[in-house]
Amino acid sequence: MEKIKEGSAVALRINRTIVYVVCILLALLSILPFWVMFVNATRSTAEIQAGLSLLPSTHMMSNLQVLLDKSFDPIQGFLNSFTISASATILTVYFSSLTAYGLVAYNWKLRQPFFTFIMAVMLIPAQASSIGFYQFMYKIHFTNNLLPLILPAIAAPAVVFFMRQYLLGTLSLEIVEAARVDGSGEFKTFNRIILPLMMPAIATQAIFAFVANWNNLFMPLILLTDKSKYTMPIMVSLLRGDIYKTEFGSIYMGLALTALPLFIVYFLLSRYIIAGVALGGVKE
Amino acid sequence: MRRKGVNYSRYGYIFTLPFVLAFLVFSLYPILYTAVIGFTNMQGIIPKPLEILDNPFQNFKDLILENASFKKSLINTGLLWIINFIPQMGLALLLTAWFTNKRLNVKGQGAFKIMLYMPNIITASTIAVLFSSLFAYPMGPINSLFEMLGWSDAPIFFLQDKTTARGIVSFIQFWMWYGNTMIILVAGVMGINPAIFESASIDGANGWQTFFRITLPSLRTILLYTLITSMIGGLTMFDIPQLFLQGGPDDSTLTTSMFIYGQAFKGSYMYNRAAAASMLLFIIAALLSAVLFYMMRDRDAAKLNKTIKQQRKAERAAAKGEV
Repeated sequence: MEKIKEGSAVALRINRTIVYVVCILLALLSILPFWVMFVNATRSTAEIQAGLSLLPSTHMMSNLQVLLDKSFDPIQGFLNSFTISASATILTVYFSSLTAYGLVAYNWKLRQPFFTFIMAVMLIPAQASSIGFYQFMYKIHFTNNLLPLILPAIAAPAVVFFMRQYLLGTLSLEIVEAARVDGSGEFKTFNRIILPLMMPAIATQAIFAFVANWNNLFMPLILLTDKSKYTMPIMVSLLRGDIYKTEFGSIYMGLALTALPLFIVYFLLSRYIIAGVALGGVKE
Repeated sequence: MRRKGVNYSRYGYIFTLPFVLAFLVFSLYPILYTAVIGFTNMQGIIPKPLEILDNPFQNFKDLILENASFKKSLINTGLLWIINFIPQMGLALLLTAWFTNKRLNVKGQGAFKIMLYMPNIITASTIAVLFSSLFAYPMGPINSLFEMLGWSDAPIFFLQDKTTARGIVSFIQFWMWYGNTMIILVAGVMGINPAIFESASIDGANGWQTFFRITLPSLRTILLYTLITSMIGGLTMFDIPQLFLQGGPDDSTLTTSMFIYGQAFKGSYMYNRAAAASMLLFIIAALLSAVLFYMMRDRDAAKLNKTIKQQRKAERAAAKGEV
């Protein structure tokens, strides 16, 4: 009996070692490409050509200089991306919360059909309508305008679905009734009482909406041809062009600049982001 | 209680109105417009009066029967998705089994999750260009690494080989998404009633038996959800292959979304052909959603059946106990 116990303890220790080794290797696999990116952003092209190094060098400023000389304007790109992502995020979370509240708090005839409809259109990809969308925007002279990238955020079926599930679990209609007795109008009740109650869900959805808009390449690439309107992902696509062919240091610098804001956001909010990912899957 | 004489139901319509309007203008109208364009002669940079083709389905017919590039893009999209999804699911399941195994009691799970999920949050465009720089020829970080480890004597031109290029694109997708899948699956396992695991361990089930007989069957809905969302995501794969190799070498990483983009926006202005391809994409995505929709709807009914069955079982057991 003792021997069996000892044997299983040894087996457990071996198993545990394997698990940790694999997990650490996977973590390294996540970090290394980005590590090389940040390190190479500080190395000269000659150093990069000479071989791999995991230690930073001293050419950060000269790489940045070369990058900025070639019409790469990270500040403009950052501002455009930020304008789009922040506005779209606010519209998405506000109107999705409003729609979800309308679905949960009121009894109306088309409530169930409307919810069924939202579930049905939740997974339609943007690519399916891109040609019609582009032609539509072209006709009303909305290309090279940030609005077509912002306004569609009002209708975000997946976020409405999530907000509805959240409200079903947390909202008590007695609060709404009490507000009515106090003479609060329906809009005021939503803005003053319900929205603050929904903050945890809003925060989670806001992070994901912001990141999704920030990372979006397809729609901006179609709609924006004017350089002053370029977003960060379009700027990244410029780094693939011929003008950077031999300037490896500045390519890595450009990549590092586009990724840096996301790394900062991620490490500040990682706990909430991981929790949010977990919630997204458990759509029970 | 609701006061008499005031009907609040109209607020249901008012509060959902902005959503409905935005959806009609920015989603439904563009989709219908895309569908119409697919039946017309809309081509070229100069707008001309739209005409429905003599044979309205000509664009679709040409795409499916004659356009080699479109067919290739469909095959590539499927191939790139499968090569990324199978190992992604495999690794995610393995990690889930480890992270939820009470006997193993893996420490530092929070930190591991943060690390493994990280690539998912970084802009796909940045990652695509980063990998194309890492695999640069003749001198790039990967080539340097291979030489340092003595795996190669001369620099390798990775991105010239079709299989390698496809493999790297699939690897990037795998690398970006397995952490996401793993976190979803772990959350799913946490949602399973712990009593089931306890009784399994009392019955002497080992780790693998528990995983295959209890955990996996309980995760069926979540696995299906992951499968369908991943399929639709894979169907619209664009950023990585577009910026990694622009579809090359020899169109081996050209996906359907890239085909649509290329037909309409890269100088040939074949809007009608691109629209027809979009509609085919839409139909495939709609079919996939329908499957998921059906399964998720059906679940409540299935649950009800299950509880009724369990109750009957309990009653029978109770009756036996009395005897």
